[in-house]
Amino acid sequence: MRLRVLRFLLRKEFLQIVRDRTLLGMLFIMPVIQLLVLANAVTFEVKSARMYIIDKDHSSMSRGVATRLAASGRFVPTESSPSMAEGDEAILDRRVDLIVVIPEGFEREIVRDHRAPLQLVFNAEDGAAAAVMQTYANAIVMNYAGELGAEVSPSVVTKLSVGDGGAPARGHPVMELRRRGWYNSELDYREYMVPGILVVLVTMIGTLLTAMNIVREKEAGTLDQLNVTPINRSTFIAAKLIPLWTFAMIDLSIGLVVARFVFHVPVLGSLVLVFFAATIYLVGALGIGLWISTVAETQQQAMFVTFSLLMVYLLMSGLFTPIRGMPVWAQWTTEINPIAHFVALMRAVLLKGARTRDVASHLAALAAISSVVLSIAIRQYHKRSA
Amino acid sequence: MTTAIDVRNLTRRFGSFTAVESISFDVRQGEVFGFLGANGAGKTTAIKMLIGLLAPSSGQASVAGFDVSTNPDDVRRHIGYMSQRFSLYEDLTVRENITLYGGIYGLTDSEIRDRGDALIGTLQLGRSSDERVESLPLGWKQKLAFSVAMLHEPAVVFLDEPTGGVDPITRRQFWEMIYTVAERGTTVFVTTHYLDEAEYCDRISIMVDGRIAAMGAPAEVKQRFGAATLDEVFLGLVRPAGVQTPQSA
Repeated sequence: MRLRVLRFLLRKEFLQIVRDRTLLGMLFIMPVIQLLVLANAVTFEVKSARMYIIDKDHSSMSRGVATRLAASGRFVPTESSPSMAEGDEAILDRRVDLIVVIPEGFEREIVRDHRAPLQLVFNAEDGAAAAVMQTYANAIVMNYAGELGAEVSPSVVTKLSVGDGGAPARGHPVMELRRRGWYNSELDYREYMVPGILVVLVTMIGTLLTAMNIVREKEAGTLDQLNVTPINRSTFIAAKLIPLWTFAMIDLSIGLVVARFVFHVPVLGSLVLVFFAATIYLVGALGIGLWISTVAETQQQAMFVTFSLLMVYLLMSGLFTPIRGMPVWAQWTTEINPIAHFVALMRAVLLKGARTRDVASHLAALAAISSVVLSIAIRQYHKRSA
Repeated sequence: MTTAIDVRNLTRRFGSFTAVESISFDVRQGEVFGFLGANGAGKTTAIKMLIGLLAPSSGQASVAGFDVSTNPDDVRRHIGYMSQRFSLYEDLTVRENITLYGGIYGLTDSEIRDRGDALIGTLQLGRSSDERVESLPLGWKQKLAFSVAMLHEPAVVFLDEPTGGVDPITRRQFWEMIYTVAERGTTVFVTTHYLDEAEYCDRISIMVDGRIAAMGAPAEVKQRFGAATLDEVFLGLVRPAGVQTPQSA
């Protein structure tokens, strides 16, 4: 690699990027808009879930349960009756999202035994929403129980889930949840999604723009012109990757500012660590773009290949669905999915304040993936066709 | 006279299709060599092998004394290339393009400045030197591309249909530029569709179906085929009816 030649090429790349208004728009406006739109739309947030109250105890504590749920703003009591059958009907008619069943003797048992059962019945047609409602309800009930110095174990029943004919299965604890949101105590899904969306943004910028940039030179014929010059391969590749890497890092910075000051996403960990990880990650993301540019002949092809690849990577990354919920073989694939590692790392560092040694395994994986991807891409890139 | 381009049995196959079939020729230093042929005859494939964009299937070629297969980077350092598609950067200014290519070929800052000034002066681009190349008329762009390809004073320059789509006056000026560099000792390898331009060349070759069907000075070629113009020679070779061809497909 000759540094003097690299300097001339870098100047050219930066000039071209700065003069391309569409590209600049993509680089600086789209991330902000995407972050604002996606972060507000892509959410598992549940607000104002309709709640059916079956209070068989009619005590101050049983009313306390209903009041606490309602006071959270997550649940709105819309109907109530002492009849389980009517509650079932309401959920089957989809008039309510959940039923809270407070059995007779609730208060008495709390006072006497410091523990009492409670039943929550969810409409689980939308599994993700049901899980979220359950988490919220659980947290609120536990909290209330804590105040009373008692232990309440809510039993959970889901209705209308896939394959469920709707037959009421009552009094049947399907599972007992004892989850607490440690690092996202408000269970704010924006906090959870924003770090992931930041990853998507820098990935799109890194991979798509790299692929498009080189293929555009192929289409214009300027790549052939460069290929007949004595520039060596590593100089050319460095000149292509350094500017786009820089802009992806700038995008990440803009995204972090928006995340911090618009979404109030906590930044508990070290920003140095975030940028260090991004540096490693982007080498891989840009490498994928470089590889795509060697196989695509037109910008359309490059775009199509990029989106197809990223779609698979994103869906299998744990960004939208928990990795632990995937089949075992799919969980294995996340080990070689750079997006999965970077999403996990970003969430850990931003939301939990994880330190370098806590995320060392992710860093190592990213470094390994990036070096493999980049070397494959560089090998694939030839000045002369065989 | 030294040999600038030496081609021996150069062949390129794409699968079962043979685009260039065992061509051999040599071009002397300072010669203007016209490389003619119909579309699809294999001209571009041959050029791509000579400038190191495409690996030959078999045969040898050396350009400016370096083998294209074994020393492609030495070849690249000593050649200039201008393709039929305008391939300077449209979104950079005249001056920026000059600086970029000067830098790529390892010229010093003062060489870049001096040669750039000279080039802009010769082309009378003074007022446009800070304008983006996209705003120039096609003829100017082609002349600029040629000058930029000559910036590092290469031993051999390859021009692939340099005058496609430009007006007769500009074509004329273009050929004056070609003669100027040839007089300074640069070998010019040029492809063209205009047979009147072929008359300006020291020697020509005509490619038909991947082979060289005729080669020599324009007058010689006409005489050998008993034709009054190169047009006749060309038409006779490309549509073989009566005129003998090495390969009647």
